[in-house]
Amino acid sequence: MQHSDFPQTEPTSRQVKVSLVGNPNSGKSTLFNALTGLHQKIANFPGVTVEKKTGYSKIYNSSTGKPTSLEITDLPGTYSLYPKSPDERIPFEVLCDPGDENHPDLVILIADGTNLKRSLFLASQVIDLKIPAVLALNMMDLVKEQGIDIKLDELERRLGVRIVPVNARKGIGLEELKQAVISKLHVPENDIFETGPLAPTLLKKIRSILEMRSDYAALQIAHHRDAISGFHIPQQQKKDIEEAMSTHEFDSIKIQSFETLERYKVIHEILQICMVKAVDDKPSWSAKIDKLMIHRFWGYVIFLGILFLIFQAIFTIAAFPMDFIDQTFTGLTEAARNALPKGVLNDLLVNGVLAGIGGIVIFIPQIAMLFMFIAILEDSGYMARVSFLMDKLMRKFGLNGRSVIPLISGVACAVPAIMATRTIGSWKERLITIMITPLMSCSARLPVYTLLIALVVPSKLIWGVFNLQGIVMMSLYLIGFLAALGAALSMKWFVKAKERSYFIMEIPVYRMPRWSNIVYSIYEKVRIFLFDAGKIIIAISIILWFLSSRGPGQHFNEITQQIEQLSTEQNIDQDALNKLESQRLEHSYAGHLGHLLEPAIKPLGFDWKIGIALVTSFAAREVFVGTMSTIYSVGKDDGESKTVRDKMQAEINPDTGQPRYTPAVGWSLMIFYAFAMQCMSTLAVVKRETGGWKWPIMQFFFMSALAYCSSLIIFQLMK
Amino acid sequence: MKTALVKLSDLRRGARCIIDSFTDDVMKQKLLEMGCLPGETITVDRFAPFGCPMAINVSGSTLSIRVDEAQSVIVKPLA
Repeated sequence: MQHSDFPQTEPTSRQVKVSLVGNPNSGKSTLFNALTGLHQKIANFPGVTVEKKTGYSKIYNSSTGKPTSLEITDLPGTYSLYPKSPDERIPFEVLCDPGDENHPDLVILIADGTNLKRSLFLASQVIDLKIPAVLALNMMDLVKEQGIDIKLDELERRLGVRIVPVNARKGIGLEELKQAVISKLHVPENDIFETGPLAPTLLKKIRSILEMRSDYAALQIAHHRDAISGFHIPQQQKKDIEEAMSTHEFDSIKIQSFETLERYKVIHEILQICMVKAVDDKPSWSAKIDKLMIHRFWGYVIFLGILFLIFQAIFTIAAFPMDFIDQTFTGLTEAARNALPKGVLNDLLVNGVLAGIGGIVIFIPQIAMLFMFIAILEDSGYMARVSFLMDKLMRKFGLNGRSVIPLISGVACAVPAIMATRTIGSWKERLITIMITPLMSCSARLPVYTLLIALVVPSKLIWGVFNLQGIVMMSLYLIGFLAALGAALSMKWFVKAKERSYFIMEIPVYRMPRWSNIVYSIYEKVRIFLFDAGKIIIAISIILWFLSSRGPGQHFNEITQQIEQLSTEQNIDQDALNKLESQRLEHSYAGHLGHLLEPAIKPLGFDWKIGIALVTSFAAREVFVGTMSTIYSVGKDDGESKTVRDKMQAEINPDTGQPRYTPAVGWSLMIFYAFAMQCMSTLAVVKRETGGWKWPIMQFFFMSALAYCSSLIIFQLMK
Repeated sequence: MKTALVKLSDLRRGARCIIDSFTDDVMKQKLLEMGCLPGETITVDRFAPFGCPMAINVSGSTLSIRVDEAQSVIVKPLA
């Protein structure tokens, strides 16, 4: 699944470009959602796969009523303008490259009122760039609760920017913030921390080359000498800067830490005047919860328990809406078949398009639920605890505590999961995480698992509470996870480390998940699944319909004629008709393709029909179900609509006279889908993230080989 | 009385200390930005299972840091 732009009704008048800048966990996304609502689009920053969220908002001046259109870009959370990872590079580039397409007209700085010192560190850096800014002081409810008193007027005067206290979760202060954004903002005269003296002649030189207002922006340019070549400024200016840099001495590391220390000193002084904090040493409720949540034993028990509950819920609760969708589509198919005149068009619509759409829509409940749980875990702050708990274990496998989040997200979709590896600082750990993430069972496999489990695993209760099908489902996820760990372990030995790995991160306090954030997240993910993956699935469904309803040679035409003759008769011989239908499929283009593959996949227990599905699902796994729907509704058009599961269940293996889908075939197929690399989008993202074809090609071959061998063993043992 | 300086990684759970200096430039910059400034007080909140990473409380937030990273932080233990 790929992230892409979706049609957006964009206001035509000139838009004010706004960047949202803040620390991680400062409530940035909540504020972004609150400001833009659903008028968002997700794309990537040019050249990198760092997710870029852009939203639109129209603000009416409260006194004149004049509207202003804003284009708000949510920049990745960072602690400073000095990038340590590809993610953190974005704020620097957008804010310091005047030619960048996202370079803002103004900045909304978001500060966590309960951690003002650190928030103001980043804020003061941005203010010193002399870009017009408003400071949204967030979490004012917690500020009050913790007995912190902030003197806003004084702080405003010291920082030189407007400050608006907000509570982004509850939407308090938003209107004031919006009005402040459209009011005339002026840039403060003085620097909060004066940078000029750090390298006076060099900074003056850079300022004059780029005609800059700010010493600090010039200093940032000097620090990021290597990034200048990517800036959107005239070549001559780049050359001049390069020349200035080579003639001046500039010790970047030393100046960075000097600035950091001095800047903190200034902020400390400001806060001594502007903030009074009641001494409060009693442990917060967050710390109390953590006694249990990251306990050396109970921590793991709770983590496993949470995962278990999630899979149970996905399998049992989602079944209700899924049944409903299933029935609706069966009814719809029936209605369409009867309402439309018989012919090719009817056939295409019912067996090609509707079958394809039905195969996609039915998985929305499960995908939505999965993303809901992931969003809740992330939003509540629990995911950071999971990283903390797992780091030591993960390192044994050449991974990082931060690999856990991509791995868990991989359960939803490998594409965003692989993008999430950008927070891992070490190249080796990041590469291994990228390589093994597709082994985690993603939501595209869910349809396949669901179908196959329903076919070969009886639905019964174990110990009176747990559904056996749910347990099998969870074990498939577990198998994927174990395979991922095994693959990581073997990669650990032959991938060379480029640099030291580090793992320093904040453990945020627990917060109630923000339901609106979760809704946005679900909406976004479902939309991507429906439209991006859906497009491929429908296209493939139609191609498949064509391949399976047309065939080469005289024989195919003869069968078709016989079928037509037979179906016009008064007393239809159903058995004979079914046989003919089946023969027709076998002689269609699709049948030929499947037959071509059969010798290779027969040892795995697969027949030529599964062969067709394997071919089509190389684009995307979930196509398997759509393919099966098409194959079976074309093959056994017996006048009444049955679900694909019923039809597969009724399939008889002509060699044995027994049902085709025995447990051995079902398991072999499930394991094949668990391990095989069948996702073009993932390969494309891996290529982008690793900068070449080497790793995606290796990934493709190792996963396919693993799938083939495992299925072979499973089938030969179980049959 | 002058207390001997130790590495942050040598402290036990619940111990408090004051940041003195850093022995690694890259870690130093990262820690400074996150609010670990010389003179700040650190409380060792806990160690993760199997002894690594460790969670520390510093200037109002909780950070997770690996033991080998904590070796580069020189601190003055408080009684």
